Amino acid sequence: MTAQDQQPDTFVFDETYGAEARKIIARYPEGRQASAVMPLLDLAQRQHGGWLPTAAMNHVADMLDMPTIRVYEVASFYTMYNLEPVGENFVQVCTTTPCALRGCATILDACREELGIDVGETTSDNKFTLQEAECLGACVNAPMMQIGDDYYEDLDAKSTKVVLKALRNGETPEPGPQSDRKGSEPAGGLTTLNNGAAGAGG
Amino acid sequence: MLKDSDRIFTNLYGMDDWRLEGARRRGDWDGTKEIMAKGRDWIVEEVKSSGLRGRGGAGFPSGLKWSFMPKEPTGRPHYLVVNADEGEPGTCKDRDMMRNDPHKLVEGCLLAGFGMGADASYIYIRGEFYREAENLQFAIDEAYEAGLIGKNACGSGYDFDIYVHRGAGAYICGEEMALIESLEGKKGMPRLKPPFPAAMGLYGCPTTVNNVETIAVAPTILRRGGSWFSSLGRENNTGTKVFCISGHVNNPCNVEEEMGIPLKELIEKHAGGVVGGWDNLKAVIPGGSSVPILPKSTCDTVLMDFDSLKEVRSGLGTAAVIVMDKSTDVVAAIARLSKFYKHESCGQCTPCREGTGWMWRVMERLVVGDAEIDEIDTLLDVASQVEGHTICALGDAAAWPIQGLVRHFRDEIEERINTRKQNSVAAA
Repeated sequence: MTAQDQQPDTFVFDETYGAEARKIIARYPEGRQASAVMPLLDLAQRQHGGWLPTAAMNHVADMLDMPTIRVYEVASFYTMYNLEPVGENFVQVCTTTPCALRGCATILDACREELGIDVGETTSDNKFTLQEAECLGACVNAPMMQIGDDYYEDLDAKSTKVVLKALRNGETPEPGPQSDRKGSEPAGGLTTLNNGAAGAGG
Repeated sequence: MLKDSDRIFTNLYGMDDWRLEGARRRGDWDGTKEIMAKGRDWIVEEVKSSGLRGRGGAGFPSGLKWSFMPKEPTGRPHYLVVNADEGEPGTCKDRDMMRNDPHKLVEGCLLAGFGMGADASYIYIRGEFYREAENLQFAIDEAYEAGLIGKNACGSGYDFDIYVHRGAGAYICGEEMALIESLEGKKGMPRLKPPFPAAMGLYGCPTTVNNVETIAVAPTILRRGGSWFSSLGRENNTGTKVFCISGHVNNPCNVEEEMGIPLKELIEKHAGGVVGGWDNLKAVIPGGSSVPILPKSTCDTVLMDFDSLKEVRSGLGTAAVIVMDKSTDVVAAIARLSKFYKHESCGQCTPCREGTGWMWRVMERLVVGDAEIDEIDTLLDVASQVEGHTICALGDAAAWPIQGLVRHFRDEIEERINTRKQNSVAAA
């Protein structure tokens, strides 16, 4: 089925997303409501299961009093708007140089194996879409992938598959480093900020 | 080594509570009202005297930048826009500040905003940092609730609003003019300068765009004094800096260190050394993907600051240190960056739109040696025609890694071409 077949005839924000949209519009000065186009497209995508149909872009254009072409331009310029349907779990493996140096190719292969699809494809049960992504800004926790809103970091082939399996079973694996680390501190012991209490830096 | 007591980001790793209570315990929001009572000029002068240079990559003196804002109200709103669109490959420091120490940024917005006479601040955070934006918004809500920002912020009589604006996946929006366009609800295509943002920025109003780290260090500088900050590092390269050490090191990490720390010391003390030892080092990109690569011989002695790295024809950039050991295919590593810039070019300027794709295709051939030797010079020639011929610095950023590669690893590229030729002759 192509995206064209799945385009709904209409789209309106539901109560919850509509309220959030109005809250966002209020962040910008009067007459500058076009500033809200990006966050509103994001809300529309969330309400519509991870992708943006044309009807949703039109609805956002209406709300913000923008020509539809201006909204389409924004939707097609930024990579986070999916203009075609994606699986429930949108898996993006970072493959830029810092992740490449730490073996992102292995992670991508683990995803291919576990999901049985290649980059750019969606599983037949619609549970997963696999993508390559440009630098996601977690380079000291490379290699990593983003699934939905969460980062899974310090991956190896095994932990990648564990995360994907859990998602397939409807579980929510703990995001963040899949190693012993909490965040970006060096593994194997702190070299700074290790006096127990937080310093008086302020 | 920098003492913990001189570190600004004491919750960089998120070991402590990141919310208001924890932030107050770490000294944030202490005496903010009193600092504001010293006045706008005092704040700008103190930051000038600290020697703080912009932490987003360009290293422009921050106090000076703030002083470009109109001194008197213009009848229009004035804005502080925080660039939290962190996306320079290798860089992941602003992320930690926003998720683990968001109140430093929130307080910094108020103090910097007050110092430059801004009415409000927009923090433009990259869309992928969803969880970080959640923490930041939570911190902002806490600050409003506690009367620290909003009407009569901290009881100072000054009104100041802070808003989070999430991006949606475009590296180019880290460029300040593209960021402003994007914030206005348009495609992130850079505008020509001048006019500069201080004259005509967001919505045509006076605007200053600063990196997260630049703003987040401001409160501590103002509390401890510009002279404290300038006593760290060395002249013209003062203060502390959060470094991101990625790639072939034993313990990749973020760490706040003194400006001017030797690269070797930085890697060995905090990142557990190069995989296989220092002698197994091949090269380092010292400041994020845009700055030229350095061979080991330079890495042995170079200091990590703006001027030292400029002297060796590279740059501090975002202080993202990408380490490559001897197992690295350095041509492929740079070719991957060329692909990145091709992907991220906004397409507005012809030299960049066409040049990034052209350079990437040649780089891909160089990876396998499928080229003529004189194509290396053609590549350099094209790179120099992209560099400096575009509205924004993305064209430069695409050219520099290639120029650095050829400068230091030309032999390796030529050898690959020759080997392939020999092999094809042998096969024929």
